[in-house]
Amino acid sequence: MTDIATYNFAYLDEQTKRMIRRAILKGIAIPGYQVPFASREMPMPYGWGTGGVQVTASIIGPDDVLKVIDQGADDTTNAVSIRAFFKKVANVAVTTDTATATIIQTRHRIPEHPLSAGQVLVYQVPIPEPLRFLEPRETETRKMHALEEYGLMHVKLYEDIARHGRIATTYAYPVKVEGRYVMDPSPTPKFDNPKMHRSPALQLFGAGREKRIYAVPPFTDVVSLDFEDHPFEVQTFDQPCALCAAENVYLDEVILDDHGGHMFVCSDTDHCEKRRNAPTSPLWGGRAEGAGGGLDQSTSHSIPTPALRADPPHKGEGKEAQ
Amino acid sequence: MTDEPLLRVSGLSKFYGSRVGCENVTFDLWPGEVLAVVGESGSGKTTLLNCLSTRLLPSSGTASYRMRDGQFRELYRMSEAERRFLMRTDWGFVHQNPADGLRMTVSAGANVGERLMAVGDRHYGKIRATAVDWLSRVEIDEDRIDDEPRAFSGGMRQRLQIARNLVTGPRLVFMDEPTGGLDVSVQARLLDLLRGLVTDLGLAAIVVTHDLAVARLLSQRMMVMKDGRVVESGLTDRVLDDPRAPYTQLLVSSILQV
Repeated sequence: MTDIATYNFAYLDEQTKRMIRRAILKGIAIPGYQVPFASREMPMPYGWGTGGVQVTASIIGPDDVLKVIDQGADDTTNAVSIRAFFKKVANVAVTTDTATATIIQTRHRIPEHPLSAGQVLVYQVPIPEPLRFLEPRETETRKMHALEEYGLMHVKLYEDIARHGRIATTYAYPVKVEGRYVMDPSPTPKFDNPKMHRSPALQLFGAGREKRIYAVPPFTDVVSLDFEDHPFEVQTFDQPCALCAAENVYLDEVILDDHGGHMFVCSDTDHCEKRRNAPTSPLWGGRAEGAGGGLDQSTSHSIPTPALRADPPHKGEGKEAQ
Repeated sequence: MTDEPLLRVSGLSKFYGSRVGCENVTFDLWPGEVLAVVGESGSGKTTLLNCLSTRLLPSSGTASYRMRDGQFRELYRMSEAERRFLMRTDWGFVHQNPADGLRMTVSAGANVGERLMAVGDRHYGKIRATAVDWLSRVEIDEDRIDDEPRAFSGGMRQRLQIARNLVTGPRLVFMDEPTGGLDVSVQARLLDLLRGLVTDLGLAAIVVTHDLAVARLLSQRMMVMKDGRVVESGLTDRVLDDPRAPYTQLLVSSILQV
């Protein structure tokens, strides 16, 4: 670690960290309010998590255990690079295990394993302003937040229903925080919105390019906007994960070949691996326990992992098995 | 009708540096009354309208508005939140160019429904039913409800803008050249519609126009402006049939006869 002696701990200088911490504290004091901050150049391009990295760098200490996920996965480029970055510049322990991490930096997912008090979830946010595509003027949107004029947000949901017969927004689904500010939960699938509501973990949001930080303190009300006759709903999947057979989790579609072969697997790789390796896994005839599982003996069914199979998995096979 | 005015304006002036926008305008507006403000371009009509609708702050003078609870409130002393709330509930503003008053990228139904949602309506079915009702009142076919205003003709856009403004049942509507840029047959239908709505709903309106025919059809009372000052005011028929100020005489005699 001698080659990094020229870096300050966690890359940013102490004055910058203080500035960012002040913004974070203000954000926590006013849940959902976008606090401007002097975003720094980071050794990565905008859109790769510069906001999240600055927030993480400002709150991380030598004893922290860091987990980084990118669309739910611990093993994609963005997650691997950011994890390696902090391992190098802060010399902290890193993990892929949701339960043991103290700081989880995330791009567009909330882990399936329930978060607990003391954990901090740091979101990477591309566009912090939920009203941006409805009202392009920043001067006007700030005024709308200040005066709590949020009728326009419902205009978007109205348009969804008029065009598609239902609220078709599936990610970056607007929420109201503690009954006051309308907030963009970053482009997480709306599947994850209910997990933000009264979460025991602290949730911090950093937008590097847009220079905004906002926060949801633990046990804060986070309510997804909706209409009385078109209530908020999360996505449902008509088949379980093809690898670990988990139900009630968020699934990614994975393309397998050029002939239309595909499978639906957990987007949360840590969750999926744990279930597959656990001795109680339904794949080995055991009983599923813990979060997101919910399979019991009577409905459990075994699908071998692709590596063990001769035929490629196909669409709807989870259904057939039932 | 009550014996108290809806809007009291006194000594209203707006200067742009040393230039005069409008100067020392004083009048009362009663509920259900339509007041036309006429004059040539640059006479300060639009400046006056923008001051009254609090889109501009005047340099001096006062305007007080009788709220629904019967209390007069000084417009320029209200907080911005109160003014904007008034603007989207008790008032309406019809722009000359419908694109300024409409959201061109959302459907006609959402345009009409926006004010309802802004005041807290959260039932999609009811909002849509109200939108359908209002579209039929301004003679727009129900099956156009999901079209964007971009796909509408000029006359339809203007009617949609009127529906959008009237949906919350305002008591006072500001109109800036509502028939400007429309051809005469479309103008005539729009004026018919406006006249019907104003009478049915008992709206008070301040209509800025350079078209004396529009003023004659819509308004009961009229103010003639020149160089920022009111040169003559009175009942519309009186002013047009028996103009007293030299400028009004010139204006009336300038109407093209066909």
